Amino acid sequence: MHLLRIVPDNTRFDFIRFRRISFPISAVLTIFAITLYFTHGLNFGIDFSGGTLIQVQNKTGPIDIAQMRTTVGGLGLGEVQLQEYGSPDTVLIRVAQQPGGEQAQQQVTVKVRAALGDAVVYQREEVVGPRVSGEFLHKGIVGIILAIGAILLYLWFRFEWQFALGAMIANVHDIVLTLGFMSITQIDFDLTSIAALLTILGYSLNDTVVIYDRIREMLRRYKKMPMTELLNVSINSTLSRSVITHVTVSLALLALLLFGGQAIHSFTATMMFGVVLVGTYTSVFIASPILIYLGVGTGRQYVPDTPEEKETAAAAPPPAARRSAPVAARVRR
Amino acid sequence: MLYFARWKVWAILATSILVCAFTVPNFFPEQVVKGWPAWAQRRLVLGLDLQGGSQILLEVDLNDVRKQRLDSLRDDVRRTLRDNRIPLITPAIVRNGSVEVRLREGGDFQGALAKLRDLSQPLGGVLQGNGQRTLEVTDAGGGLIRLTPTEAAANERVRQTIEQSIPIIERRINELGLVEPTIQRQGADRILVQVPGLGDPSRLIDLLGQTAKLEFRMVDNSVSPQEALQGRAPPDSEVLYETQGGQQVPILIYKQALVEGGDLTDAQAGFDQRTSEPIVSFRFNTSGARKFATATQENVGRPFAIVLDNKVISAPVIREPILGGSGQISGNFTVESANNLAILLRAGALPAKLTPIEQRVVGPGLGEDSIRAGVHASIAGAILVVVFMLATYGLFGLFANIAVAVNVGMIIGILSFLSATLTLPGIAGIVLTVGIAVDSNVLIYERIREEVRNGRTPITAIDAGFTRALATILDSNITTFIAAAVLFFIGTGPVRGFAVTLGIGILTTLFTAFTLTRLIVATWVRMLRPQTVPI
Repeated sequence: MHLLRIVPDNTRFDFIRFRRISFPISAVLTIFAITLYFTHGLNFGIDFSGGTLIQVQNKTGPIDIAQMRTTVGGLGLGEVQLQEYGSPDTVLIRVAQQPGGEQAQQQVTVKVRAALGDAVVYQREEVVGPRVSGEFLHKGIVGIILAIGAILLYLWFRFEWQFALGAMIANVHDIVLTLGFMSITQIDFDLTSIAALLTILGYSLNDTVVIYDRIREMLRRYKKMPMTELLNVSINSTLSRSVITHVTVSLALLALLLFGGQAIHSFTATMMFGVVLVGTYTSVFIASPILIYLGVGTGRQYVPDTPEEKETAAAAPPPAARRSAPVAARVRR
Repeated sequence: MLYFARWKVWAILATSILVCAFTVPNFFPEQVVKGWPAWAQRRLVLGLDLQGGSQILLEVDLNDVRKQRLDSLRDDVRRTLRDNRIPLITPAIVRNGSVEVRLREGGDFQGALAKLRDLSQPLGGVLQGNGQRTLEVTDAGGGLIRLTPTEAAANERVRQTIEQSIPIIERRINELGLVEPTIQRQGADRILVQVPGLGDPSRLIDLLGQTAKLEFRMVDNSVSPQEALQGRAPPDSEVLYETQGGQQVPILIYKQALVEGGDLTDAQAGFDQRTSEPIVSFRFNTSGARKFATATQENVGRPFAIVLDNKVISAPVIREPILGGSGQISGNFTVESANNLAILLRAGALPAKLTPIEQRVVGPGLGEDSIRAGVHASIAGAILVVVFMLATYGLFGLFANIAVAVNVGMIIGILSFLSATLTLPGIAGIVLTVGIAVDSNVLIYERIREEVRNGRTPITAIDAGFTRALATILDSNITTFIAAAVLFFIGTGPVRGFAVTLGIGILTTLFTAFTLTRLIVATWVRMLRPQTVPI
């Protein structure tokens, strides 16, 4: 039986060499994403900015958004946003938080219902008062920081500190790029987005850990192999597994994206970007090479990978002679 | 790795089947399941985003609670001092979160202090002595005594307020004809009300927002309301307003309540026989009837005020003593507002003001759409992954698919057993878990293939594959689990539903990877004694 082989056996890509391109690209993208956050901003949902959200569906055909905007806009509720949601007969109405504390927020649904009457079906209403929205934002940020911290500790416990730090840098980079993606697309940023970010964090680390596990095994087994070669072999040998798993997760997410409906659309799209695109890229091109810069494997013979470096290496004595014990010996079980 | 003791085999199979069995009650309609024994009745609870309904988060107005406490403390202090004939310079007043009273010099200061100290009670009842008391009574010098409620007492009071509020809320909801609401405390000072099936909660929010404290108090005609507003109000009275013809008219009213809403046994909305305008008729219990009779007997010809939540509804003149303990309230009612008031009076007054701070409503149509979308996505995802696994790993792909199927069965089984709430993000979590669960099997299989490439025999390769891969599986799943755990603690509602399914999914994945996949492969090896590994 001829089985599907997406990745051939015994691949030998030089991933590590690619770091000279990938690191600068990542740096640029990260800066770009951070800039976007401050200029373009995230599309904060009512979970974080407070206010009212009403989803209405017209009983008789498409909605005249412009007219509805005038009607709702004329109710004296301040800033009002309307957008089509999934299909032409469904509209999402967002009203900003009303001044006057918690009580004032209730008036919004009452007034809008009075204005639009029976012509529409009120599919969904959400009202988030000032106190709760502040808490959500606080909890969201705390949650992400807490998760990063907890995972960092766990990795430090299971691997050496360089691995923990490397994984953390790679994954914070993931989150930053995903936030950049959310900023460009102006996808709704609400509580489910925090869920997506945390899942991306957890899952992307999943991936990184698999590669690190292999690297650790190789470090123990091949004490003389130079780092660049060792890392390349590690990545190449886990490549098949990585690709296949990413395909299955993508298939699952694809099903959710196509069939899961509008309600979780922003959640699924964010996950797709974070897990599939960014997660794959960083595990291979960031998390692994960064170990070299963090000092893992110093004491091994350094095999330069460009002609200029070959010359400088030939001129200077190899650093191996000066170190007392290779890092490999200190790698914990 | 490939050897399974017989009892282990049975244990694994039994656990898997048992946990999956808990999904069964979900497939039968409610009526049928009710007849089964209690342990077999646990089913999934659909979240509001799948069922349709309203969810309201109410917060207790802590200032209101504190104010009431201080007011009643002040009354207690006055009564104590008066009963013991202790001379004062200034009567007890509320200031800065405490009650203060200044005693005249030359009196029995220590005695008075002792009497006031008696007002403080041990927290937790007389029998439990955890050392904390309800009040701090201090001698502030110069004859001034200050009584302050303690922090612990304040927290206890909030907790009691919430507990008292819950049955009252439930009664109000039931009066509206709504069934099976869920009302639970959330955090220190909040109540979460969930009413499945309610598409428009505005009337409910109206009802819950009113305290509905009803009082009958006498009007004070000794001073005109205008003079009182300018600051010459007698100490025992206050100015409240009545809405007359769209205007707010001030009326001076004695602070003391002669009869209160708590003494009502019934209230019904109706129509006045003469004027046909909407009214609310009420009836008192015995003690209320007696107080009402005494009050009306002593005050024939004088006006008295019916006060609801510190607003005057009407202030009729007592024409004759009302001994029967029943009467009616009229004044600017619409049919609906009379109905609402009757409901509020029947259900009882809330001990403190509740403010809605968050509200989510999902129409039933949208709920059904979401369920359908969830089911479609799950089936589509399952098919895609199954087909891909078969194409990539052939027979072993089939083994992996079986393990993942059992995995999903176990997830739903555990959710049913816990009667956990399933939300749309929760369904997404299950679909995602399918993708992640497959990873464990992929890790094992790829390792096996590598071992074969390195020259091992089939059985040793399979064995080595499992051994080497399991440590990695553990490590990688734990990180996702940490993320799910954090999400569980910071999330609410649908997000929490996602965290729960993801977390449970990881646990079941670890279980099936370590046991079920291994078992299936081991059985296959033992039965077929293969010469090559077919992946």
